[in-house]
Amino acid sequence: MTTPVLSIRNLTVEIPTRHGLFKPVQNVSYDIRPGEIRGVVGESGAGKSMTGNAIIGLLDEPAHISQGEIWLNGKRIDGLDADQKRRIRGAEIGMIFQDPLTSLNPLFTVGEQLVETIQLHLEVNAAEAKERALALLERVSIPNPPERFNQYPHQFSGGMRQRVVIALALCSEPSVIVADEPTTALDVSIQAQVLDLIKELAAERQVGVILITHDMGVIADTTDEVTVMYSGEVVESGPTDQILSAPTHPYTKSLISAVPRPQKKLHRFPQVSYGGRQTTFKIEDLARNWDKSTASRNGTLLEVQNLTKRFIERGSILPSRRKYFTAVDQVSFDIKDGEVFGLVGESGSGKSTVAKMIGTLHEVDGGKVIFDGEEVTAMQAEGIARYRKQIQMIFQDPFSSLNPRMKVAQIVAEPLVHHKLLPPDQVGARVAELLDRVGLTKGAGQKYPHEFSGGQRQRISIARALATQPRFLICDEPTSALDVSIQAQILNILKDLQEHLGLTMLFISHDLPVVRQMCDRVGVMKNGQLVEVQDTETLFASPQHAYSAQLLDLMPRLTQLSD
Amino acid sequence: MSDQSTPTDTTPPPSRLRRALDSDLWYAFRRSPVAMVSTVVALLLILSALFAPLVATTNPFDPSSLNLLNGFTPPGEANAFTGETFLLGTDDQGRDVFSTILYGMRISLFVGFAAVLFAVVLGIILGLLAGYFGGWMDSIIMRAADVQLTFPSILVAMLIFGIAKGVTPIEYRDQVAIWVLILAIGLSDWVQFARVVRGATLVEKSKDYVAAARLIGRKPFAIMLRHILPNILSPVLVIATISLALAIIAEATLSFLGVGAPPTQPSLGTLIRIGQGFLFSGEWWILFFPACTLLGLALSVNLLGDWLRDALNPRLK
Repeated sequence: MTTPVLSIRNLTVEIPTRHGLFKPVQNVSYDIRPGEIRGVVGESGAGKSMTGNAIIGLLDEPAHISQGEIWLNGKRIDGLDADQKRRIRGAEIGMIFQDPLTSLNPLFTVGEQLVETIQLHLEVNAAEAKERALALLERVSIPNPPERFNQYPHQFSGGMRQRVVIALALCSEPSVIVADEPTTALDVSIQAQVLDLIKELAAERQVGVILITHDMGVIADTTDEVTVMYSGEVVESGPTDQILSAPTHPYTKSLISAVPRPQKKLHRFPQVSYGGRQTTFKIEDLARNWDKSTASRNGTLLEVQNLTKRFIERGSILPSRRKYFTAVDQVSFDIKDGEVFGLVGESGSGKSTVAKMIGTLHEVDGGKVIFDGEEVTAMQAEGIARYRKQIQMIFQDPFSSLNPRMKVAQIVAEPLVHHKLLPPDQVGARVAELLDRVGLTKGAGQKYPHEFSGGQRQRISIARALATQPRFLICDEPTSALDVSIQAQILNILKDLQEHLGLTMLFISHDLPVVRQMCDRVGVMKNGQLVEVQDTETLFASPQHAYSAQLLDLMPRLTQLSD
Repeated sequence: MSDQSTPTDTTPPPSRLRRALDSDLWYAFRRSPVAMVSTVVALLLILSALFAPLVATTNPFDPSSLNLLNGFTPPGEANAFTGETFLLGTDDQGRDVFSTILYGMRISLFVGFAAVLFAVVLGIILGLLAGYFGGWMDSIIMRAADVQLTFPSILVAMLIFGIAKGVTPIEYRDQVAIWVLILAIGLSDWVQFARVVRGATLVEKSKDYVAAARLIGRKPFAIMLRHILPNILSPVLVIATISLALAIIAEATLSFLGVGAPPTQPSLGTLIRIGQGFLFSGEWWILFFPACTLLGLALSVNLLGDWLRDALNPRLK
């Protein structure tokens, strides 16, 4: 075995706060060898990024390394002063961050930034630097480098920008690259390309890569070795195949079991029990209260015909001079009563816009929405109010979907009070019952949203959505902001609710394995158009449209995972 | 992190006082000497103005308590005719300067608070409307704001004051003067509130909790008041504090120029105007003490506002 380029030994990071000493990283040790990709995986708050920042010397005050050593190419680098650290950063350790938009300076051309970095670290003249920069752009597969060289970052797409960031990280020929969630902000198809590029470059240039991610799919497809972190500590470390197929630590086991499998449909997601308290909830009681009189019909509940949405790109007083961008173009589908209909697609494909039009949050520019035989798009205010009582929505970001200045009980009570569904003296009891049903405890109603974690907030959102006893639930990426174990819990809640209450759901996601687990039928969207609608099983077995096939192909296989 | 519930579930939620004492704002306050000293000074001045009848030795505006022989008594010295002493001396009409300051501060503070309140309410309403509805309403409100910003606000206040004075019958002028002053300062000050509220509203409007409220079917005004307003109040509070100092100064300026509080209800500004006539004839105290009070009041409130802005903005820490 070759000697490691970077070794971390017993690293502990401390942050003194007014509530006491907080240790986000404790006793972490791992090695990176040349050409090797080490994945560091864990849920948010596990200390993965903090470890990465400690290595590159970018810990924000007052966080500091209190213990442990970091060795780079035989030199100890943890005790260096700010100036020496700056020289190592960039020269010997390259960095790739999550958001490619903020890691490039928008005021300089891509070429200027590359040349500047090269000249900063290598003894070359301007012409040589430019030559190297062009070669690097070529290497990271940017088409037509001479032209792209003189363009600004905003002229590049997200994936292209991330390629430029990789080129920047490679400028000084570093021996280690720290990549912190390098593909999280990218679409699946671009994610796969960027990961392949990182893999190729690591092998070709013998660079050691630390790949920090929360995504098991990325770990499985890309890394050689993996380190699993949980609340600041390393719980398990070893070759990726071995860890994924035969995890020994209970946390790793629970983490792996929570990853949605693309291959087969499970009835429920395995609950991750490690660390967290198992929350049980009693759906049956809720079902007893549910007004089933409207939910017993069969046939089509919601129909969408030629739905179109245009956004104004350039405004003008003269209608003829306005420019439009068509976000949703002639989309038609129907959702049967009691069915879960999935809508998948990459960002910008218009899936959320469809949901917002169905939810009456966006005006419709063309086409019809028909709910339970009535045309919503032609309704007057009174009809819309009746319609809104029957539909509810669960949003993607649990941090912005709850009003931070309202108590949880007020948030859940709002739809009940607004629609006057219950006499005022019964509202409190119903709210307590709803919160109980989604697995939150008694005191929860008197607290404010910021006192809850992301998963708990999403439960509050679900409680609010269920308050009006809706027939139709729109879930717009309900779990994409959550950790995988919490995702499993939330998806289970939604599944149980759907089964017991006979809810009809529109489930929007970019995550194909999740869609496979949740949906009966799936529509695939691309650039505002619906390219294919199929039964889930049929779609996953034999996609008809080329784009669907491409999406499925990019899905991480996770074949090594233990069951 | 795990999705476990916090262990405090069974304990009752902490009381409001406990919550306030635990808050980061209180913590930051305890660690800032500037904030604490300003608060003490401002509170001292405000309370003594509020309880002026109890603190003041005489009621300077009750003619029966005045003795013209007491005029121009220097601070701390006995008057040559009556033998009375006054802590801060007396003015030309024999009024106790200490008492006139306390009563004057009442007028200044009342005008300041009322004008800021008026500006805040007007600014919040117009800012919310502009931010939430956008379109032509936004254009009209914000262009009006832009136009007003091109004039110095003291000029706007004088203009409003002049117009109001012109339309009021002469016998009511002194009675309405204070209210006109409040209106004038308030109207010259709403723009900054409207701008801040509009910007914050645009940010909050795009958040999902507003979409959730719309989905429930809440009307726009209910969403603005119930959902958006509570979330944009902290920047408004900061500007209001700083504005209070500015409004007190604006009132003093107008009164100094003779277009503000009438001599029958003198504010600090009126006192300074009266005092400046005697500055060069040796009776410095008639000007000096009201001016110091104004300085102390404006400075302490301003420093408090500055501290509040920094404390509420985590990025400046």
